[in-house]
Amino acid sequence: MGSNMAECHPVAFRWPMKAKLNGAKLVHVDPRFTRTSAVADLHVPIRAGSDIAFLGGLINYVVNSKRWNSDPFFKEFAVNYTNAATIIGDDFKDTEDLDGVFSGIVKFTEPAFWPYNGLEGRYDNASWAYKRGPKPLGPATKDLIAKRAGPPFDDLVRSLKPGPAEKDPTLQNPHCVFQILKRHFSRYTPEMVEQVCGSPKEKFIRVAEMLLENSGRDRTSAFAYAVAWTQHTYGVQMISCCALLQLLLGNIGRPGAGVMALRGHAAIQGSTDVPTLYHSIHGYMNAPSALRPHETLRDYMAAETSPTSYYGNTPKFLVSYLKSMYGAAATAENDFGYDWHPKILGDHSHIATFAAMADGKVKGMCCVGQNPATSLNGGATRLAMRQLDWLVVKDNWLTETATHWYLGPEVKNGEVKIADIKTEIFFFPSTQIAEYDGSFTNTQRMLQWHSKAADAPGDCRTDTWFYHNLAKRMKKLYAGSKLSRDQGWNNLTWEFDFDPGVKPIYPGEPDALKILREINGYQTTDAKQHLKGFGELKDDGSTTCASWIYCGCYPAPDQNMTARREPDPPGVPGAHLKWGWAWPANRRVMYNRASADLKGNPWSERKRWVWWDATFVNPPDPKTKKPVPKGKWVGYDVPDFAVTKAPDAQPKPDGIGLDALSGTQPFIMRADGRGWLFVPAGLVDGPLPTHYEPHESPIQNPLYKQQTSPVHKVWAPGKPYNKLAAVGDPKFPYVISTYRLTEHYLAGAMSRWLPWLAELQPELFIEIGKGLAAEKGIKNLDWVVISSPRGHVRAKALVTDRIGVMKVGGKAIHHVGMPWHWGWMGLSTGDVVNDLTAWVGDPNVSIHEGKAFVCNVEKA
Amino acid sequence: MAEAMGFFTDTTVCIGCKACEVACKEWNQLPAENGGVRELSGDSYDNTRRLDGIHWRHVRFIEQFKGPYDGRWLMMSDVCKHCVQAGCLEVCPTGAIIRTEFDTVVIQSDVCNGCRACIAACPFGVIDINPVSGTAQKCTLCYDRLKVGLEPACSKACPTDSIQFGSIAELRTRAHKRVDQLKAQGVKAELYGADPDGALGGLNSFYLLVDEPEVYGLPRKPQLPTRSLTKSAGLSVASAAVLGVLALVGLRKRRMDDKGGPEGGGQN
Repeated sequence: MGSNMAECHPVAFRWPMKAKLNGAKLVHVDPRFTRTSAVADLHVPIRAGSDIAFLGGLINYVVNSKRWNSDPFFKEFAVNYTNAATIIGDDFKDTEDLDGVFSGIVKFTEPAFWPYNGLEGRYDNASWAYKRGPKPLGPATKDLIAKRAGPPFDDLVRSLKPGPAEKDPTLQNPHCVFQILKRHFSRYTPEMVEQVCGSPKEKFIRVAEMLLENSGRDRTSAFAYAVAWTQHTYGVQMISCCALLQLLLGNIGRPGAGVMALRGHAAIQGSTDVPTLYHSIHGYMNAPSALRPHETLRDYMAAETSPTSYYGNTPKFLVSYLKSMYGAAATAENDFGYDWHPKILGDHSHIATFAAMADGKVKGMCCVGQNPATSLNGGATRLAMRQLDWLVVKDNWLTETATHWYLGPEVKNGEVKIADIKTEIFFFPSTQIAEYDGSFTNTQRMLQWHSKAADAPGDCRTDTWFYHNLAKRMKKLYAGSKLSRDQGWNNLTWEFDFDPGVKPIYPGEPDALKILREINGYQTTDAKQHLKGFGELKDDGSTTCASWIYCGCYPAPDQNMTARREPDPPGVPGAHLKWGWAWPANRRVMYNRASADLKGNPWSERKRWVWWDATFVNPPDPKTKKPVPKGKWVGYDVPDFAVTKAPDAQPKPDGIGLDALSGTQPFIMRADGRGWLFVPAGLVDGPLPTHYEPHESPIQNPLYKQQTSPVHKVWAPGKPYNKLAAVGDPKFPYVISTYRLTEHYLAGAMSRWLPWLAELQPELFIEIGKGLAAEKGIKNLDWVVISSPRGHVRAKALVTDRIGVMKVGGKAIHHVGMPWHWGWMGLSTGDVVNDLTAWVGDPNVSIHEGKAFVCNVEKA
Repeated sequence: MAEAMGFFTDTTVCIGCKACEVACKEWNQLPAENGGVRELSGDSYDNTRRLDGIHWRHVRFIEQFKGPYDGRWLMMSDVCKHCVQAGCLEVCPTGAIIRTEFDTVVIQSDVCNGCRACIAACPFGVIDINPVSGTAQKCTLCYDRLKVGLEPACSKACPTDSIQFGSIAELRTRAHKRVDQLKAQGVKAELYGADPDGALGGLNSFYLLVDEPEVYGLPRKPQLPTRSLTKSAGLSVASAAVLGVLALVGLRKRRMDDKGGPEGGGQN
């Protein structure tokens, strides 16, 4: 669901096809019959944007099914490995009680200095918390902050420990998570699924039965999703809903199970790990923010440390990161330079930044490996870029972003005069990936090193060259400044030049291995002593590590684990641990303690993965030299657990981090060591997934009075360049999804200029069902005008039965689809489909709603 | 002769990604038509439409639907069949077309005079003039790669192993097993060209199909043009001689016209 894997991840799709040859069943739930559907055992049509209704239907079906209630495996997994038994506070009110919203909804007020956050409403999540006993006695956090306690910061972390959560292992308490979710999803019946999703009831039930049959001790099922689950105003909740279902089915932390995120780009996983994200620093630590209690180092630690999970080590991750940023200048006395670190002011995501740009609040932009002129609400995006003083485009070709000022549709049709555009645009020719050294991180969190294979043509430069030299020049500009705000730049360490005497791959190119070393980490006193894993990180400044999750990928100067290419021999069960390196700690299946039962035995022989070997003789502890009792977690994968913690181990009363968890709590990154069916904190839009309609929808929400997510984002509301259609607007009666094709890549810079790919999909098209085409007098290959409140585009029609009409709530809703790869440059050209999309998006991650909005279609 | 080598194409696992088309063009340095600037064909996701002198691999898309979402979408990567009894080889007047030690059929570009006899002789419509070389061209089963122990570019690039390369004997065994597996699942699956006693002595590129051959643009009973060849032998020799002379004076006519139209299949 939410993925067209055969078309968009064809190389990875090799494995589902191999599984199919071995008897696995492949189901594709999608608004279109795609190349994935073509090879699936079952295709189920679904109205775009209604996936939570479908998944909620599966949850309701599962918890009321005979199989789930009769096979003890499911309850054993749910009671022990999830928070099903945990009791939620008395103040919590569900969407069942409040007609589609949760308790805690308040109006969001924009801060005056950055009114681009987009949020409509906001939740105060206090009422979603677990019901807890009294907090343990000890020094108060605020006192420890006031007296600048630490390093070590253990006392500060300990002071954050809450009281014990109340539980009911019988799952009968009406306030326990299981009963809440059972009530919450009770209205998601197969009949309701058919009404909301347009999916035939019998096909829905077939999917539910296949999942139930194929889950349990002996079998597992996996879900794969991609951007078709993210590009919604409630995309995170779709994924969360799938995780909830998989936890209920015991399909997490086990081989052949899970929720696979198929990333939208070859190294996009890496770009969020070692982040280009505005809201996090390395390794998914939140970026210090002016809007949160992040005033000082200890405030940040108090706000961001989860004391009873592996995240209890956050102070170690953070201090090692600050040492990487500021080197010797970062000391315990100056809080490791925390005050030099920039703090964010609000939502600085892509759309928020372009909304600010349209208001003239952004002076300049470096645009590298991105083509925003063909991106989200293209007309508004190009309007925003025309307000810039300067724009740097670094790409392989003169993209639409580099040429919008003289070839953009607004310029061509005379709306905008070139003479009125003040932006100065600089174009930097860029290398391709095979022309320099570096690493990819793929969707499996696996780093794979690649070496330069060919020389770049002409004066092309690498991205590493560009940013390395930009940073060096910036440091030069700031040098000597006494302003306190500039001290971050002055103290920033930047030592990536090749060693003297070593010839760089291009003049001025940095040493990619030095960058990898910085990410991996080293002993502060000696950069040649690489860190072997994040277990070595310290909170006193003695270790330097940019990204704790990547720690261990380069454990010694002669051991680049990411360059390994040694597969397991055929026919032997294994995780290919010597092929590349996967974070964290080279684990291939996360939370794999859940692949064994409470006693540490595999759930079944067939699904053996990681288990407890009680006879294993451990060497003495290397630090304390004390003997370690027998027993160790072993298996095909790197255990995602304290390796010598026995299944019957109890939490230490005073313990923090993993010491606060028992031997049967596999989800070591969660504060209670359990998979969260109910999400008490961390999501801004609710603790349980709930069906809402897309911002633009032809129908009223059939399930609740609340139409859309009450906290979703609308940027530039009311502006003429971000007009939005009202519910059921007769001017825009059809649902449209945008998507990609195998033959092109993203905004086209890597494919539309390449003759061999251009000829395979030479022009933009719209896929229209035969029914709608007949109604509108549109024949195959006719020119069609597609319009939304933001703009209109022209495309040729592909009339097909692979897309069509859906009966939703008694109403026939036509669905159309358009690939969005095109623009006016290159060999294969076409209108910018994103001129139709809107600046509305998800409140957690700020992605736009490109998979479900409304349009009109007319013959040109 | 070394063992006969070839392709087994299992169309049931083809995902229509066209990696084979691109890998073939990249390895063999074949140009895109009109430099890549083309118009949408309107025939499902097929925009290259056929095998010819610059398309040695071609993926067909066959939409078979009774109504919205109700049907199937067949895909097949097509290529030269490397016939055991090859019409093209028989009619070639210059000896440019040879049978290799791998039992594959290869046109030697430097010997071809562009007479087009092979184009007419091929029962599958595989061969055409490559406008860059001015000679008749088609799949060589990557003869240059085979010579150094590499598998052909297309099968190497195929992510789902729809295109499998190997010894014909082994491929046939594998193909029969796959047919049995599919039949057990209730799928109507047949092999096309796997029978050594069948048409043209068997095809060294054979297929697993789930519908009639015509649906995939394949002739039900491919035939050698031998009989008509005998009748018009004199004419052929004469025209070959004329064309040979023309070739010598460098008047290689480049055929750029678009044959157009699906040769079968298409939207049903």
